[in-house]
Amino acid sequence: MPRDLRIWLGGGFILFLILIAIFAPLLAPFDPLEQDLMAATAAPGVEPGHWLGTDSLGRDLLSRLIYGTRIALTVAFVAATLACLLGTTLGLLAGYYRGWVDAGVSRLVDIWMAFPPVLLSILLVAVLGAGLTSVIVAIVVIDWTRFARVVRAETKQQARLEYAEAASALGMGRGAILWREVLPNVLPVVLVLLSLEMGIAVIVEAILSFVGLSVSTDMPTWGGMIAEGRQIIYQAWWVLVFPLGALFLTVLAFNQLGDGLRQWLDPMLKR
Amino acid sequence: MSPVIDIRNLSARTAVSPILRDVSLSVNAGEVMALVGESGAGKSTIAKAVLGILPTGIKVTGGNIIFEGTDLLVLSPPKLREMLGVRIALIPQDPLTSLNPARRIGNQLTDGLRLRAGMNRKQAFDKALSLLNDVHIREPERVLERYPHELSGGMRQRVLIAQAFSLNPHVVIADEPTTALDVTVQKQVLRLIRDMQREHKTTLLFVTHDLGVVAQICDRMTVLYGGKVLEQGVTAEILANPQSSYTRALLAASPRYDQPEQSLKPVPETLIAELKREIGA
Repeated sequence: MPRDLRIWLGGGFILFLILIAIFAPLLAPFDPLEQDLMAATAAPGVEPGHWLGTDSLGRDLLSRLIYGTRIALTVAFVAATLACLLGTTLGLLAGYYRGWVDAGVSRLVDIWMAFPPVLLSILLVAVLGAGLTSVIVAIVVIDWTRFARVVRAETKQQARLEYAEAASALGMGRGAILWREVLPNVLPVVLVLLSLEMGIAVIVEAILSFVGLSVSTDMPTWGGMIAEGRQIIYQAWWVLVFPLGALFLTVLAFNQLGDGLRQWLDPMLKR
Repeated sequence: MSPVIDIRNLSARTAVSPILRDVSLSVNAGEVMALVGESGAGKSTIAKAVLGILPTGIKVTGGNIIFEGTDLLVLSPPKLREMLGVRIALIPQDPLTSLNPARRIGNQLTDGLRLRAGMNRKQAFDKALSLLNDVHIREPERVLERYPHELSGGMRQRVLIAQAFSLNPHVVIADEPTTALDVTVQKQVLRLIRDMQREHKTTLLFVTHDLGVVAQICDRMTVLYGGKVLEQGVTAEILANPQSSYTRALLAASPRYDQPEQSLKPVPETLIAELKREIGA
């Protein structure tokens, strides 16, 4: 797929989701928590107004999906950005100052990566207690290593290049070189990673919701809907399929955006 | 007249082998001194030692680098940084990699002016415009907005020359500034460096392997082999009457426009063996 198309499709879909999340109360045809046991597990289009059908408690699936984007996007943006800031900072310092800073950060990353990430996140949220903040903290604590590793390698390579040497011959201090010379060259990689990380954050949140460790049950989440749908998959496939599709498309959009950005930013560096 | 740069018995080495052996040379105010030698002669190492940007594998093991009365080798890094760019500046070898690919020319050119000369953004950009004019860049307003990859090699080297002279340094070190350029551009850039040097009355330390370049712009020259000084003196005298057999061999290995029919001779193996014995390599 051409890179511009990827960026437009990926970015466009994410923008679409952001609008849905913001205007959820206006868009949702029903209250996402309103139960209607008379209309439970109605197939899509059977009950009037329930376009995507209802779940086992008769709650409107479309409305729950719409409200679910709020949690998914909040986690995607906040958790990925924080993980990015933490990991990039540590990666820059490790790659540039080498020595014990590098040794410290690198060992920490090695130890971190030895844990299975999903188990670690479940453990973390279990310890911190369920809730949106805990989910975000868990993702940041686990996924900063992705940024740290890549940024460290990239910084190391950039700092060796002659423009960094030329800057130090100009009398610029180490901090100034890192901030003004190296960082702008590392930034494209960070942007790409950030986009991919947002997709990962959406998945992790869904996993935590699926095992019931995310936000409380009075807030609809895609992961939570998938968990409910799984139990009645043979009676009502739509309860599982729609949130799964939303999750799939969202992650796909973030990944396409990331890939498009990478192709777009890469030749600029290589030229 | 006391020298601006006085290098005394400078020695440096890597973990496995010596790079500089007891190098002494002095450069007087306003003159152009050439450091000549083939690859591995240590000429760039001398330049980098003066600027305090030696690669991590190379350690100075003895000697002094006296710049305007101060020994640069014992100076603390912050004190050395205060001098760099302001009193000693570098024209780097490769204009392609020595400019930051991710930043616009204007931002890079004004770094020194803003950080070191304390100008505000407006003043620095005005000064940058006049600097680009000085190095004969056409449409300097547009060049300031460009990224390095949008400029030709010659233009990039001109930008780097403008940057080196931007803070009126007393000494400029040019590390093979024309090696990466093609021959027609080389000549223009060389003339530009010479003009800038004369105009600013800068002392110039010119690192090169090209005797033709030396003959064109350098007042005095130092010939190095294997990190050791073989010959030092006024350029015209050395080129007319070289004392060291290595200098003679180097001259025979260089093309001459006045004797085009004469074939080039490589430096003889026996001479290299003899030199190696002499310096103890």
